Amino acid sequence: MPYTANTPSAAFDADELRRRIPGWGADRDPADRPAVPRERYAPEVTGAHWELPPQQPELRPRERSIEHARLTPAFGTSAPLKGASGAIRRLAYARYSEGRAAHWLLLMGADRVDVVENHVASWFSKNPDNPVMGTGLSTEKTYGASSRRRPGRVDVKHQWLDPVVVAGPWLLGGWAALRGVRRVVRGARR
Amino acid sequence: MRAMVYRGPYKVRVESKPDPVIEHPGDAIVRVVRAAICGSDLHLYHGMMPDTRVGMTFGHEFIGVVEEVGPDVQNVKVGDRVMVPFNIYCGSCWFCARGLYSNCHNVNPNATAVGGIYGYSHTCGGYDGGQAERVRVPFADVGPSVIPDDLHDEDALLMTDALSTGYFGAQLADIVEGDTVVVLGAGPVGLFAARSAWLMGAARVIVVDHLDYRLEKARTFAHAETINFGQVDDVVVEMKKQTDYLGADRVIDAVGAEADGNFTQHVTAAKLKLQGGSPVALNWAIDGVRKGGTISVMGAYGPLFSAVKFGDAMNKGLTLRMNQAPVKRQWPRLLEHIRNGYFSPRDIITHRVPLEHVAEAYHLFSAKLDDCVKPVIVPDA
Repeated sequence: MPYTANTPSAAFDADELRRRIPGWGADRDPADRPAVPRERYAPEVTGAHWELPPQQPELRPRERSIEHARLTPAFGTSAPLKGASGAIRRLAYARYSEGRAAHWLLLMGADRVDVVENHVASWFSKNPDNPVMGTGLSTEKTYGASSRRRPGRVDVKHQWLDPVVVAGPWLLGGWAALRGVRRVVRGARR
Repeated sequence: MRAMVYRGPYKVRVESKPDPVIEHPGDAIVRVVRAAICGSDLHLYHGMMPDTRVGMTFGHEFIGVVEEVGPDVQNVKVGDRVMVPFNIYCGSCWFCARGLYSNCHNVNPNATAVGGIYGYSHTCGGYDGGQAERVRVPFADVGPSVIPDDLHDEDALLMTDALSTGYFGAQLADIVEGDTVVVLGAGPVGLFAARSAWLMGAARVIVVDHLDYRLEKARTFAHAETINFGQVDDVVVEMKKQTDYLGADRVIDAVGAEADGNFTQHVTAAKLKLQGGSPVALNWAIDGVRKGGTISVMGAYGPLFSAVKFGDAMNKGLTLRMNQAPVKRQWPRLLEHIRNGYFSPRDIITHRVPLEHVAEAYHLFSAKLDDCVKPVIVPDA
């Protein structure tokens, strides 16, 4: 017990552990662990053969954190900024540092706008989205009930929220669209 | 090429998209042989990571064959079979020069707080990932290594993140001989952290989760004692009871942003995105560790604030250590351990799935169906 100076359950049998667990104690000595000593200056081990890497061409304006002094020598080019979500993201990067909640909340908001933009755009493409495809729900038929019946699973208490997260925005969007159409039709009848 | 593409929260599909090209003289193009889905991919899949764009291809655990190299590449060549660390890093900035490869300053224009990671949102640099037939690998002279002939492909695959991160988690916990180590989370990283804790001389290793099938894996694969927090009244009290009310010497958080066990925390973070992550595991770590103990955080959290019990951490005099694993730094020692038979990483793989079925693989993994621990994508299956 911690109420005296003695270490509780201090005794352990190293030989028994070594017999039972392959490799027990192989890295007891911290010197055998990687990167000892810590943060040693050793640029020669990385494979880099440059002092500063050459700059990747910026073929289109690339957004960056205002905490950076320059565009980094390399950067990803997946999914460039576009549309309303792109404008929100551009603002988040241009105006707010990573230290500001506004930076991250704008980016999270832009993510939701991005989804809506892409869903709508997909309806005019050869590969339209639908609310069910892409969710992998077919696995539920085979494994859903049996897997969730296991004792102790606490995630079943909130998994019912997942369909709300996925389908909720569709239902809300559909409802808003319906109301909009009704309003236009009523306006036209007057 | 065919590639997994994000379409919005809980929705991914396989699409045809243009093959990646050399965009920087240090790039290589790698044909993917195996790619894994990581637990942290689920944070993207659930829409928790800011600036996760529709159209991005995820996947930061992969191995493959070099198909093309940029004009500056010297250390790998076309035809090499390579394992690629999940970190994208330049090898020459202030941080890389000091071994902090996961904190590279030259690869991520979008944020200074995190380095570059394949397929992990624009917050991590905006690079497409490896859950595809091909992938662009920046700084090919620095990150990838040729897979040794005696190393199984799937062991190499798990060295690109899960094994290296698990071992790093144990390493950051500063375990000394005789320690009692609690690992929160029995996913791949937690299982590897538990195995690694033994290597560092732990006397007891206790793994906590709520999924019985994963706890069974913790007992058989990681030789650990287990606690199912869904079956005890208060897991912090249980941790105290099991450590003679002292608390564990070291606690490793291998859960991260979607931690379960507190409805409000989980829903506000994972469902409503009002926190950077659900800090349930982190708070249990703070309360379950002994005073003066060490917490190692391997779980991934988003950049927004989280409701962490920092006062307890201060009052208990804790040391909190954390980072994304600098994967390649771990490899030489981990290779020795695999060759010595101390690790058989591929034993944790439960599902091998063709790329075309990626949506099903994500749902299976996310909803914890069919006793899924680690799904692997096989692009050419």
